[in-house]
Amino acid sequence: MTTLTKGAGAPAPRADGAYLSVRDLYVRFSTEDGTVKAVDGLSFDLERGTTLGIVGESGSGKSVTNLSVLGLHDPRTTTVQGHILLDGQELIGAGERTLERLRGNKMAMIFQDPLTALSPYYTVGRQIAEPYRKHTGASKREARRRAVEMLAKVGIPNPSLRVDDYPHQFSGGMRQRAMIAMALVCDPDLLIADEPTTALDVTVQAQILDLLGDLQQEFGSAIILITHDLGVVANTADDLLVMYAGRAVERGTVREVLRAPQHPYTWGLLDSMPSLITPVDIPLNPIPGSPPSLLAPPPGCPFHPRCAHTAEVGGNRCVTERPALPPGRGAACHLGPERAVSIRRGGPADTGTSRATRGDGDESNQVPPGGGLLKDQASGGPLQSQAGRPHEGQADRPVEGSASERPADDAGEGANP
Amino acid sequence: MLRFLARRSLGAIVILLLISAITFFLFFALPAEPARLACGKNCDPASLAIINKNLGLDQPVPVQYWDFMVGIFAGRDFPIGRCDAPCFGYSFVNQEPVWGTIVDRFPTTLSLAIGGAAVFLVVGVGIGMIAAWRRGTWIDKFFSSLSLLGQSMQIYFVGVLCLAWFVSGLSIMEQPAYHPITENPAKWFSGMVLPWLVLSLIFMANYSRMTRSQMVEQLQEDHVRTARAKGLSSRTVFFRYAWRGAIAPIVTIFGMDLGSLLGGAMITEYTFTLHGIGRLAVDSVRLTDLPMLMGVMLVSSGAIVVFNIVVDAVYAVIDPRVRLA
Repeated sequence: MTTLTKGAGAPAPRADGAYLSVRDLYVRFSTEDGTVKAVDGLSFDLERGTTLGIVGESGSGKSVTNLSVLGLHDPRTTTVQGHILLDGQELIGAGERTLERLRGNKMAMIFQDPLTALSPYYTVGRQIAEPYRKHTGASKREARRRAVEMLAKVGIPNPSLRVDDYPHQFSGGMRQRAMIAMALVCDPDLLIADEPTTALDVTVQAQILDLLGDLQQEFGSAIILITHDLGVVANTADDLLVMYAGRAVERGTVREVLRAPQHPYTWGLLDSMPSLITPVDIPLNPIPGSPPSLLAPPPGCPFHPRCAHTAEVGGNRCVTERPALPPGRGAACHLGPERAVSIRRGGPADTGTSRATRGDGDESNQVPPGGGLLKDQASGGPLQSQAGRPHEGQADRPVEGSASERPADDAGEGANP
Repeated sequence: MLRFLARRSLGAIVILLLISAITFFLFFALPAEPARLACGKNCDPASLAIINKNLGLDQPVPVQYWDFMVGIFAGRDFPIGRCDAPCFGYSFVNQEPVWGTIVDRFPTTLSLAIGGAAVFLVVGVGIGMIAAWRRGTWIDKFFSSLSLLGQSMQIYFVGVLCLAWFVSGLSIMEQPAYHPITENPAKWFSGMVLPWLVLSLIFMANYSRMTRSQMVEQLQEDHVRTARAKGLSSRTVFFRYAWRGAIAPIVTIFGMDLGSLLGGAMITEYTFTLHGIGRLAVDSVRLTDLPMLMGVMLVSSGAIVVFNIVVDAVYAVIDPRVRLA
């Protein structure tokens, strides 16, 4: 389906221990208006049992990246280049048959809107049993038993009755649970959740995220959590990748990125979020402008047209030179980590053009690092060893009913150190 | 289901009553004198009065309508004899009972409609599926152009050409005619083949275009992507998931088309000189034969109304989200 140009001939690079390794991924769509560079040189690694959060605005290439991991792009309009290694196996250029054997089996995906993502014409049970039969060769009866078992596992009451229901007979949260059951039915090692909670009520969101965490503990899968909601990744992911215009602009552990973000775009994301612990009279500080057209991305740093700090970088580098993302912790920004952190310490008002509307240095305007997202930040105590994976500490918590407790927890801890 | 059928049948009866009333009163708005037709060339006022009396035409129009409607359900006594229910009266033109003529003509229309519909459904949907499966390739483009061509054709043009080539010229097909299937199935088939093919040509184009666009639309659906993400083969995804979603609109249109075809395919029947319901309808309008026109209208509308109900019932079977109540 694709041609290998980058690094063809050279041995495929592979990070040790990484279950999924994406290297120099380029995804391009040919449209009538020209070529859309949806993903432009992306690399990341993911280990078993860990969760990678990918955040960014709509059109930043989050979903496109993950659809290319599963090989779900239409080869007639899409060019995918680079390397995607799943457990050492190259997926780019792999045949459709090979991919079919891996999809739903070794790697599975949960989609955003469970109503449209489930077929209205078949029962939930049949849709869950289908990949199980296909990949394990189980009998109809065995697959049905497995579907009931999976429904029970994701917390659907009366699973042996509900298995014969159609998706429209389920509520939104139950549909997403069924979707998760379907994705996990073959015990995949890689689970990609594409905005799994966006279409759900806030209370149900927390339940679904808890469920994903619990299931990860049980199955040890690697999870990619795609979202535009930093609140979702803060409580669920280990590592964080911030994407902008098809590129990774910042990477690090959730803690590192949320506490000391180094990229002005990440600052913008954090500052455009309403927080429960900042005073209500501080206005939100959205990023000015809109994401660039991927038909003709801006030269140099793709964020420079919206960035308030281009003047602080010497020369005209933001426009002429594309900043590289260093391996490991870091940001693709010419400011460099030290400058970035010291600018950020100056307060959130520095992130956008609305600087004039705020008094610089006014202490009351300061948002704690991380925007109040991290659970223990207000206490300032030593990081717990599992701090980045709060669900581990909550494994004993029942799924049902946890939703109402959780937002209250967060607010309480933040407000009363 | 039973409640649904009862409610819809009641609705159907109301619709048919309305249609009968409109047709009846519209007819008398025509500047025609039906009795003069039956009277013939050498007509004197005395025999005209007798005919008017025999046909009940001397009564006020609402009374005539009432008598007509009662006749359908209870039968009616005419001076020329008793007419049993369902009585649509006697034809003004040839004094035959209307119902008998319709029963006589109906098998022709039924054969034409069912055979033609079977051809255009199977071939049209089949072509649409192939085009959707191979969308973007030359096969798709070829079939799309062919559909456009077929859709721009007219039965009276293609039909006459086919008659000239295949029947008169090459003699590879029989002169179209209706032979009862009960008497000689082979003869029935060979007599109907050409009308079926020509009739289906126009519909086929419609169906292949609709099937293709429905399939392409379905293939973009989220749940189809989910099916692929589960590792199902593209064939399974195409036939089990996309096709399932495309059926419903096709069934809807097919039900409507079959219903109206059963009410008579006038142009096809005329082109191939088949004596079906459609031809009967045209003739009765031309000859201002009110009882015949009423009979044909009600049978045609009945077919459409019934197929509407059938489509709705089938819909509930196809789509689990639809509940009949």
